[in-house]
Amino acid sequence: MNCKTPSKLEKILAAGHFAVTSECGPPRGSDISHIEHKANLIKNHVDAINITDNQTSVTRLCSLAACIKLKLMGLEPVLQMVTRDRNRLAIQSDILGAASFDIFNLLCLSGDHQSFGDCAQGQNVHDLDSMQLIQTARHMRDEGKFLGGADIERPPKMFVGAAANPFADPFEIRVPRLAKKIAAGVEFIQTQCIYNLDKFELWMKMARDRGLHEKVYIIAGLTPLKSAGMAKYMKNRVPGMDVPDEVVKRMSDTPKEKQSDEGIKICIESIQRLKEVEGVKGFHIMAIEWEEKVPEIVESAGLYPRPVID
Amino acid sequence: MIVADKKPIEEIIEDLKNYSKILILGCNECVTVCEAGGKKEVGILASALRMYFLNKGKEIKIDEITLERQCDHEYLEEIRDSVDKYEAVLSLACGVGVQFVAEKYQSIPVHPGVNTCFLGVTEKRGLWTERCQACGKCMLSKTAGICPVSRCAKRLLNGPCGGSTKGKCEISKELDCAWQLIVDRLKMLGKMDDFENIIPLKDWSTDRAGGPRKVAREDVQL
Repeated sequence: MNCKTPSKLEKILAAGHFAVTSECGPPRGSDISHIEHKANLIKNHVDAINITDNQTSVTRLCSLAACIKLKLMGLEPVLQMVTRDRNRLAIQSDILGAASFDIFNLLCLSGDHQSFGDCAQGQNVHDLDSMQLIQTARHMRDEGKFLGGADIERPPKMFVGAAANPFADPFEIRVPRLAKKIAAGVEFIQTQCIYNLDKFELWMKMARDRGLHEKVYIIAGLTPLKSAGMAKYMKNRVPGMDVPDEVVKRMSDTPKEKQSDEGIKICIESIQRLKEVEGVKGFHIMAIEWEEKVPEIVESAGLYPRPVID
Repeated sequence: MIVADKKPIEEIIEDLKNYSKILILGCNECVTVCEAGGKKEVGILASALRMYFLNKGKEIKIDEITLERQCDHEYLEEIRDSVDKYEAVLSLACGVGVQFVAEKYQSIPVHPGVNTCFLGVTEKRGLWTERCQACGKCMLSKTAGICPVSRCAKRLLNGPCGGSTKGKCEISKELDCAWQLIVDRLKMLGKMDDFENIIPLKDWSTDRAGGPRKVAREDVQL
């Protein structure tokens, strides 16, 4: 696959390296030094850093501002954008805003429902869905045009990504839905956190059977578990999350003071196993409020040092 | 039909407490079917209000009329001669009826007696659920007869999202995932290939987004 954008993430994937990405959640306030601090913890161990967009529908400093901060630090941001909070006017405008700072990666999402967050009484927008956001970003980049048809002066050069959740229902459409996102123009995928490796491998096999692994870069998502409580919470309370009983048991059977180490161990073992899965092209390590552990995971998983790309 | 639900009586009392002559106006259409604003509910509400004001030592005259419809001139004309007797009308019709009464009888305050909820069906007695948001451009032929605009919490035209779990929506275990229903029905119809057709950006100008709407049909105008 040739590079279509100046994205460092795209170049690393195109060169055949395993990519490593991670994410930082912006603060619940205007002190941007939070992002700077988190980014400094991980910057030498990842190729790009996702900035979440009001994740779980809780109001935070905006993704775009935090991405600009990363860019000013000389880092490679992935702008996450949900369709929940913006109509097509705001979406195109924000994409241009990001492009003006040479932000080269966009992750297209629909977003959690607002009822989960701190604005449960608010409206949601969903003028577009994530599939149509992918189409919009590609249209702006490839055609150099707005949705309204006018030419864009200096079109955005975004490497366009999306999420995939192999664990949500109905399972039988999860690969067709991936195919649909590819048809819409998606170029990389970051998956939901993987705890059920068997099911993920089955999903990958079904994707390979259709040759989809050659049409999109699939980056496997991982979140290290901090405790048995977190494992249970993820299993029971987070929609679309699949934490098998044996993972919960393994965490519960570990003495409390060692559970976080065990969580890291599980994460590293998972990466080792997933490296062998044909079609997995990288790892997205979502260490939620636990960024300081990312370097250890990356090093222990044999993904360090990161490749240097011109 | 238009589905409405009863307003809390405290809210109605707050609206009406300063009047001494009130007309409670029911509607024989949708709100009768959903048991929120028909003749029966007019009677029950009138009795409850009479009792409340009597207990408060307040004299108040409450009359009851239920019209065939409140969204047509023809039926609303039936109260033209009597409406001036009242200080206020409490309409138990949907928001459409309330507004049409207000438009027609401009000198009399009109208060809503129900909350208008959605366009829906009677699933069973006492249970009504949403089916349509009147977006003005029906796409049910593309989604196996199940509407993602009204039935998906994120109105995803290319769902389901990653929150669909065991057939239910991420926002509630009580709520069916619209896209699970669509997939099930596409399968039943042998049309699963259709799932992979991307539904393009929707033109929402016929929806609420385009401003207040009208349907003007010259072919049927007199």
